Amino acid sequence: MTAIIDYGSGNIFSLGSALERIGEKYTVTSEESVILAAERLILPGVGEASHAMRIIRERKLDLILQRSKVPVLGICIGMQLMCSYSEEGETSCLALFSPKVKRLLPEGVKIPHMGWNSVNDIKGSLFEGIKEGECFYFVHSYAPELSISTTSVTEHGSLFSSSLESGRYFGTQFHPEKSGEAGERVLRNFINIRKLIL
Amino acid sequence: MVRKRIIPCLDVLGGKTVKGVNFVNLTEMGDPVDMGRFYAEQGADELVYLDISASYEGRGSFRNLVSRIAKGVNIPFTVGGGISSADDASALLDAGADKVSVNTSALENPALIDKIASKFGSQFIVVAVDAVEKDGFWQVMKKGGRFYADRELFEWSEEACSRGAGEILFTSVGHDGTRAGFACSTLSLLSTMLPVPVIASGGAGTMSHFAHVFYEGKADAALAASVFHSGEIPVPELKRWLAGQGISVRL
Repeated sequence: MTAIIDYGSGNIFSLGSALERIGEKYTVTSEESVILAAERLILPGVGEASHAMRIIRERKLDLILQRSKVPVLGICIGMQLMCSYSEEGETSCLALFSPKVKRLLPEGVKIPHMGWNSVNDIKGSLFEGIKEGECFYFVHSYAPELSISTTSVTEHGSLFSSSLESGRYFGTQFHPEKSGEAGERVLRNFINIRKLIL
Repeated sequence: MVRKRIIPCLDVLGGKTVKGVNFVNLTEMGDPVDMGRFYAEQGADELVYLDISASYEGRGSFRNLVSRIAKGVNIPFTVGGGISSADDASALLDAGADKVSVNTSALENPALIDKIASKFGSQFIVVAVDAVEKDGFWQVMKKGGRFYADRELFEWSEEACSRGAGEILFTSVGHDGTRAGFACSTLSLLSTMLPVPVIASGGAGTMSHFAHVFYEGKADAALAASVFHSGEIPVPELKRWLAGQGISVRL
């Protein structure tokens, strides 16, 4: 069972639908006992960072996430919230990943970065069976800078981390639940990560 | 580099997909979810579903269908038709829509764009602009291209962006249904001027029209209905051909 962490983020329905399509049971919750009992957690993402961080702290989800021992996947802003700091609303974040989240610069490109773009220099367990340069669906104006935990990069004006991995923490800047078959493969790969990291 | 997008558009009436030529003469096509899934498997990058009954009769939107689409389709989709309040938009977001498109309601109440954008983000709101050229002046139209609105294409599109539109879906009413190509020179001006992606609509008839709309029209995405629904231009073939023309598409 996957627990989708409820911090008031929009469009959880799509993520739940994608999990259903790949045969994974899920629940949407902010209850400590349910989160701690889940086999894996997803921090979904549509919204604004500082507002999201306020709700996360109000619901003590930051403390619960630290106490959990299972794999956690952040999607889009969900991953950004797992970074150390976000320029969006100038907020400190959960610091489960080291990089900072910076605004994308409109250097000859349109912001928000919206649409399908290739994910390069892929590594790590999320990309099992995915070909180098595969396209995924992005919608965002901020992104994590490159860092030691970067497991793929994407270019839009400049390079940013399109995925991160550090211990039991995983994140994608793209939306796997909206990225066709390749996206479903990434979700399946996440689900197949067992509780190996304790 | 972000890919140029190919977007089949499905007009929905009474729960079924229909195709229209110049917004009239409707013929029934098929189940919107099955068709959406088919296009997703074929490599379409995104889908647009328009509830055409809603704008005609002022009915509320088609929330249940939207949930069925979200469950069955694994690519992003936009829904439009009859969205006249932030509450309408919110219900569609909860039902699983990735974006909503507004047209007549935004012309009648431009502050609706600000409201939806500030509540749900610019990425969630597409402003659809239908316009027709009269002596070099691009007159905006409303209510499914049946009435003139008191606005001009470029100034209205710019205002929509400054109010928070995340994308502009421009339909050239004069080109729509003609299969004689997109309004490329106008699209090029619009796309260069606006800070957000522009989706081109109206006039697709051949594969080379799509190449023109990306090269000359500088569009970020191209939307079409009948050439896809009739099977005349299969999406996989179109995308392979565009890639061969040096256009960056997702294969």
